Parts: sequence; structure tokens; C-alpha cells
Amino acid sequence: MKATVHVMLKQGVLDPQGEAVRHALGTLGFDGVEGVRQGKIIELDLTGEDRDAAHDQVTRMCEKLLANTVIESYRIEIA
Amino acid sequence: MRAAVIVFPGSNCDRDLAVAFEAFGGQKPAMVWHKDTELPAGIDIVGVPGGFSHGDYLRCGAIAAQAPITRAVADFAAKGGMVLGICNGFQVLTESGILPGALMRNAGIKFVCKPVPLDVVTTDSPFTADLEAGSQIEIPVSHHDGNYFADTEVLARLKGEDRVAFRYATDINGSMDRIAGILSENRRVLGMMPHPERAIDPLHSGTDGAAIFSSIMSSLATA
Repeated sequence: MKATVHVMLKQGVLDPQGEAVRHALGTLGFDGVEGVRQGKIIELDLTGEDRDAAHDQVTRMCEKLLANTVIESYRIEIA
Repeated sequence: MRAAVIVFPGSNCDRDLAVAFEAFGGQKPAMVWHKDTELPAGIDIVGVPGGFSHGDYLRCGAIAAQAPITRAVADFAAKGGMVLGICNGFQVLTESGILPGALMRNAGIKFVCKPVPLDVVTTDSPFTADLEAGSQIEIPVSHHDGNYFADTEVLARLKGEDRVAFRYATDINGSMDRIAGILSENRRVLGMMPHPERAIDPLHSGTDGAAIFSSIMSSLATA
């Protein structure tokens, strides 16, 4: 089973890296890019079969380590 | 005075911090490896040094915050022990929840490395007692992720409880309220991005960091 965790800075938290990418895109001539937010994707290969249990486990991983919930939000996909 | 300095893989200011503790406290600090599960007995203050613990993987300080020794440092702090976290050490303290808030990428994206003027905000702590409130000191910074963030509630508490120790005199990294260093609720844990251990010797660019170490020593002597 594969779990994919998307970690993004929370809305309202300034993302200077996303801003820099947005600026660079403008410099390259890509018009109409209003905003860029940069995050990270973490893929986990899990041995279990139970999707709910996996979701619970990955949620705990996010709360404890994978995301810093002071500044980041996360979304989990189990496939 | 017996200090302990925590050493993570990738710490690089551990020796400088040890030199500073020894210069002011007279005793060689115990260097404590991240895999150790407890601090040596009789420690008066724990220093969490700057550097790039675990290569800054995931987030600065995130992996070090889960190290066995960090749990011991948290217990030590919870029992009223003094802890000084500098730069990456400050990041480890926020990532482990010993101090509130988070340190994000500098707003200007760039790594900032230069001596900066700091406003001394409070002298009501064992780390700042020898300083003068409202005065300015110059301490070097050297970081990529020193942009302090906390939600409005935490920020209001820090200000209301006089727990902001230092502010940058001018904005250098986007930190909320120009915060450069904060204190724990019991005022015995200080986390700061600037490096006072790099400003204690006449051969350094300045010696303004000395007052922080002398404050620590006086407070321990009178405790």
C-alpha cells in the first residue's frame, strides 16, 4: 500500500520560495501567474492492508514529524 | 557551573559554545551525543548549538527534535533546568515544542550572515539580567531559516508575558514583530537565532555576547 502525504504551508503563511518561483516565471515571460505555493510530497510504502489503520498511522506521523502543524497543513492519500 | 552541550550529526557550533561556557564558567562542558538518553548528573545548563543537524532534512531541527537526548532536554527544561538554544538549537527547541512557534525560510530567501544590532527587550531572565533594557547589542547571525512565526494567540502571549528577549533592530528575515529570541514561560529556556558565542572574544567582531554568558553565570551563582 502506498501513502502519499502532501505538505503545504498554511494559507496566510507567507511562502517566500513560492513567491520567488512566481517572480522567476514572470521573468521567463509566463504571464497571468497570480500566485505560486511550494510544498513537498512524501511517499510512504506501507506493509499493512487496512486502509483506515494506515490513514490513522500516517496522520500520527504527520502530527509528530512529517508536518510542522504550526505553519504547515497536510493531506493524506492512501492508494 | 557545569554545562552540557548537545552534539547532533551536523552540529557545527558545538565547540564554539563549549569554549564560551568554559570561558565564563571555568569548567569544561560535557559534550553529549544525540543518541544518549540522559544528561550527565549535576548539569546546570544545557546548550543546544547551531549548525545543520541531520543536514536540515525535512525541516531544520525536525529530526534532531526526535532524538533521544532531546527528550531528556525537554524533561530537564520541564523541571526548571536552564536551556540555551542558539540558531539551529533554537529550531530544535521549537520543533520539539520546548518553545512555541516555528522558524521558517527567511522572507528574502537568502542566507543572512552578518553582525546585526539587536534590541534588548527584557532583562527579566537569567540570560539577560546583565544587559540593559532598551539598549542595543551587536551579535552575528548566520541562518537561512530564522523567520520567526507564531499564531496571533501565541504572539500576544509572548508579548504580554514579556517573553521576547531580543528583537532585530531592523527587519533582516521577515520574523514576526522582528523577534530574534524568546523565553519559555518559566523564563529559564532561551531560544535565539543570533550567535552570542561568536561575540565573546576581542578577536571576534565584537564582545557583546559576553553579557549573555556572564548573566547565566551570575544567575547560577546566586541560585
